[in-house]
Amino acid sequence: MTEPLLEFKAVDAHYGDFHVLKAVDYTIETGEIVCLLGGNASGKSTTMKAIMGIVRPTRGEVFYEGQTLRGVSTTERVRRGIAPVLEARRLFPRMTVYENLEMGAYTRRRGREFDEDLARVFALFPRVEERLRQLAGTLSGGEQQMVAIGRALMARPKLLCMDEPSMGLSPAYVEQVFDIIREINRQGTTIFMVEQNANMALAIADRAYVLQTGAVVLSGPSAELRQNEQIRHAYLGEMTVA
Amino acid sequence: MTEYEVLLQQTINGLSLGAMYALLALGFTLVYGILELINFAHFNVFMVASFIGMWALQLFGVSGQTRILTGAALAGVLAFAFVVTMAAAGVIGVAIERLSLRPLRGVRGTAAMITTIGVNYILFNAILLTVGAGSENYPNPLPVVRWQFGHVIVELKEVLIWVVAVVLMVALHLFVNHTRLGKAMRATAQDGEAARMMGVDVDRIIVIAFFLGSALAGAAALIFGLYYNYTSFIVGYTVGLRAFTAAVLGGIGSITGAMVGGLLIGLIETLGGQLIAVRWTDVIIFSILVLVLVVVPSGLFGRSNPQKS
Ligand SMILES: Nc1ncnc2c1ncn2[C@@H]1O[C@H](COP(=O)(O)OP(=O)(O)O)[C@@H](O)[C@H]1O
Ligand SMILES: [Mg+2]
Repeated sequence: MTEPLLEFKAVDAHYGDFHVLKAVDYTIETGEIVCLLGGNASGKSTTMKAIMGIVRPTRGEVFYEGQTLRGVSTTERVRRGIAPVLEARRLFPRMTVYENLEMGAYTRRRGREFDEDLARVFALFPRVEERLRQLAGTLSGGEQQMVAIGRALMARPKLLCMDEPSMGLSPAYVEQVFDIIREINRQGTTIFMVEQNANMALAIADRAYVLQTGAVVLSGPSAELRQNEQIRHAYLGEMTVA
Repeated sequence: MTEYEVLLQQTINGLSLGAMYALLALGFTLVYGILELINFAHFNVFMVASFIGMWALQLFGVSGQTRILTGAALAGVLAFAFVVTMAAAGVIGVAIERLSLRPLRGVRGTAAMITTIGVNYILFNAILLTVGAGSENYPNPLPVVRWQFGHVIVELKEVLIWVVAVVLMVALHLFVNHTRLGKAMRATAQDGEAARMMGVDVDRIIVIAFFLGSALAGAAALIFGLYYNYTSFIVGYTVGLRAFTAAVLGGIGSITGAMVGGLLIGLIETLGGQLIAVRWTDVIIFSILVLVLVVVPSGLFGRSNPQKS
């Protein structure tokens, strides 16, 4: 069996004295879509920051392609193929859409590969090509999310880490975003995705983890979790109402 | 001299001063844009740089306004003095960042700002104790060339100031908008954490901001010496506070704002001095500072609500 693409082994994380992640284990295999569910403030975004090296584990270790990420800079992580779609999109609002895409490719050389990646983003999001010269801050929420995903793809990632990609989007856009995520995965990118929209997320994910106040309380194949009483109660019921 | 000519003359003088204030204001704005820190050490980086420029010119035997150069010799000496002064000021800025600010990164509150006040005081005393409290006659190799339009006079040194200022501001504009590092700098200013997650080495961007801002202060310092033919340990405050006002007026953090704010403060200084009274200049300028802070704290081009993490 090949080694996992990403692995958390008993990871703890703190903000000062505040204990956020508690002995967390995740395993993400190459080619999968894995979803991380959990209520507000359960540590989902902190998980993403630990992958990117913005938050450093206080105990335990994160492995990527079999190697520890301890002491590896964020720049180097991006260079090795980990790219984020940040919570609430976080585009550079006073830069053009094109410049935002360039920032996604910051660690990579310009040239043929850059043009190929740009073409791939345009193929996924024709709207992005139309808005290229517009300031990112002037786009609608849905358009911003397209740019945010496109920006991450410009890093040509092996592992795409998405923090609540459907947050704040209208239902039509949510549907579209999940379609795109599936398409990106089909094209060969592994996806680790934080979501509150459990219904949609479990529909496209292979496996999922459930985080509660910083600890993994449930994990397994999506199909199993969808049958789980606890999940149905805590997440799915809520979502059908919303 | 008609009233119209007087105002025109003061406008020309104001543009020269304004170009200098703008260059100095850019240093406040570049650092603030990225760290949200008012770098008070910038005042005396300017002052120290004016002495470095003086020493650079003296290396060529230029002293006072007696040794006049022309042609290639003049261009060469001035280019050398600008390059040395800007580089030295840039290095001082980087040293301040590395030694006194980087260790405080991530510390909340006013610690970093207070540190810059301390560094400012150290620079001030370093010059006061080594050079002394007197005024230095600034070496100036520029021949006195003037063009007269009616009663309105344009001097060679003013043309030099405008050329230097325009070249530096265009270069900064090109760097910030059209280079990979410049774009990373803007991205960092708009959302530092997001920029980091794109792979930007934010510490490096901070160093570049300090280097550029301080180097521009170096250019302003040499311009100051050549324009007024003197420097002293106190000029960091007299000139620096006006440049700081310019940065706030334009909207601190905004590059365009610093440029426009600098020119406006220069014009307000000369035209206000003409129309009201020279001795009221400081009152006028600092009233503007207070008014802007109270009424439009984000300034002319600033963002009242920057998107920050
Ligand atoms: N930079 C920070 N400093 C201090 N506490 C933080 C910071 N970021 C997040 N937290 C706290 O850590 C907990 C987990 O946050 P987060 O990982 O963002 O949760 P989630 O994404 O699951 O909503 C929350 O209680 C939050 O308030
Ligand atoms: Mg979150």
